[in-house]
Amino acid sequence: MAIVETVSAPAATGAAGPTRAATRSTWSRLKPTVLALIVPLILLVFWQVATTQQWTRLIPTPYAVGEYMIDFAVGGIYDDAYSATLTTHLLASMSRVYGGFALAALFALPIGILIGRVPTARMVLDPFLQVMRPIPVTAWLPLSMILFGLGAKSAFALVCLGAFYPILLNTIFGVRSVDPKLFEAASMLGCRGNAQFYKVVLPAATPSIFTGLRLGLGLAWFVIVVGEMTGVPQGLGAVIMDGRTLSRTELVICGMIVIGLAGYISDRVVVALGNYLLRWSPNHHG
Amino acid sequence: MAESATPIVEIKGVSKVFQLQDQTIHALSGANLSINKGEFICLIGASGCGKSTLLRIMAGFDQPSSGEALMWGKPIAGPDPSRGMVFQDYALFPWLSVRANIGFGPASRGLGAAEVKQIVDKFIDLVGLSKFANAYPHQLSGGMKQRVAIARVLANDAELVLMDEPFGALDAMTRERLQDELLDIWERTRLTVVFVTHAVEEAILLANRVVVMTPGPGRIESDNLL
Ligand SMILES: Nc1ncnc2c1ncn2[C@@H]1O[C@H](COP(=O)(O)OP(=O)(O)OP(=O)(O)O)[C@@H](O)[C@H]1O
Ligand SMILES: [Mg+2]
Repeated sequence: MAIVETVSAPAATGAAGPTRAATRSTWSRLKPTVLALIVPLILLVFWQVATTQQWTRLIPTPYAVGEYMIDFAVGGIYDDAYSATLTTHLLASMSRVYGGFALAALFALPIGILIGRVPTARMVLDPFLQVMRPIPVTAWLPLSMILFGLGAKSAFALVCLGAFYPILLNTIFGVRSVDPKLFEAASMLGCRGNAQFYKVVLPAATPSIFTGLRLGLGLAWFVIVVGEMTGVPQGLGAVIMDGRTLSRTELVICGMIVIGLAGYISDRVVVALGNYLLRWSPNHHG
Repeated sequence: MAESATPIVEIKGVSKVFQLQDQTIHALSGANLSINKGEFICLIGASGCGKSTLLRIMAGFDQPSSGEALMWGKPIAGPDPSRGMVFQDYALFPWLSVRANIGFGPASRGLGAAEVKQIVDKFIDLVGLSKFANAYPHQLSGGMKQRVAIARVLANDAELVLMDEPFGALDAMTRERLQDELLDIWERTRLTVVFVTHAVEEAILLANRVVVMTPGPGRIESDNLL
């Protein structure tokens, strides 16, 4: 009713105007969603054609995957070992993603601040960390299993490692690139010494730090499958690895889709949070 | 010149040398200037003659290579709330609202919230930004940002306000408005102002004393009471 009211309200002033205005406002509201769906739909059509035309026999049809996804989520279709287990696996993965991410932030933020602001700390830590940085998380997998054992602890450590560097590097950049004028302004206003760290350095660095946290969380989702190659029984990565060994491609694809969507939703929440917290920053609206 | 009272600022034979790679730049050489309380001094001179350097020394951001910079007879050792600088590019804290930017100094000096609010209300009103109290710097025009920067140093009880081409980046109409407002504030508060500008008309309009610096190694060329 409320919508009808607002649409018909300007009807008194013009005859043809309101309908066109209403069409335009509906379109401008739907436009982002419609545009965003173009590429996935093309891919879906391609996938459908490729599987029904039997260009490949190893990949199930979208319909089969969709059906399996429903069974994976709520059960009642196949009733196998994976029916209605989505929530369990998703929660297991989420706990590792957010736990590993939190651990990474716990290390990366103070170390980044230290490297960025204390020259001695930079000389001691920076070369070591820069050499460690190119080593991919996958390469750490065997060592991690030796150090932390098979299971959740290893997964935690690998996710943590994946999220560590973006947070570290952006924190260093943020605390180093504070406009020197702002220190002068603060000191002439009576804010000196250590107080400048809290009143100038930290707030000035928040946009960079935030970018680092956002990238770090994205990478935590990105490496979750590797993290869960460590022999954990539950988790989306574990499901994908099981699907591979059992040659159940629909399971693999379901796991992939859930990771993609969960990572996306998680990122949107972070972006919304950032838009609110960094509303003072002109170039921070993601 | 009247020798009746101690000058608020004295610059005695101040030289400033910068080392730029293998070059030695004499930004100031033997500059002398004595500023009395309540004066509105405009510092003019060609680009590169050392105006900003002299202002930064008065603010305490830089130390002279030789000579002395004194305030009330004591050497200027570093930045201090009694000397406020208004930068050409504002240097506001982008993460603080207009209100919090103006309150930054009083809060840093340890005043209580109620007192800070009272001070902020007064100066936000003085520069006519009450409607924008909760806006962030990036939401303001250049002229408005410069008003915040002026209010910020006034709210901090600065006796001496140093302004380095504060209106340089503004359009002619905004500049005229701010010039009027600045003169109005100066007349009401009897601050001491040192105002750097390129524009001779601006200097003549604002100042009651115009100091001309020579190009090359900075030196005071002439000193005219208007
Ligand atoms: N931090 C610095 N390092 C090296 N040289 C400097 C520095 N600051 C100023 N100079 C040099 O000192 C000289 C005087 O500079 P200053 O900024 O004081 O000039 P100015 O009169 O303010 O010029 P403008 O009107 O263009 O702002 C210039 O030659 C400049 O290159
Ligand atoms: Mg200058």
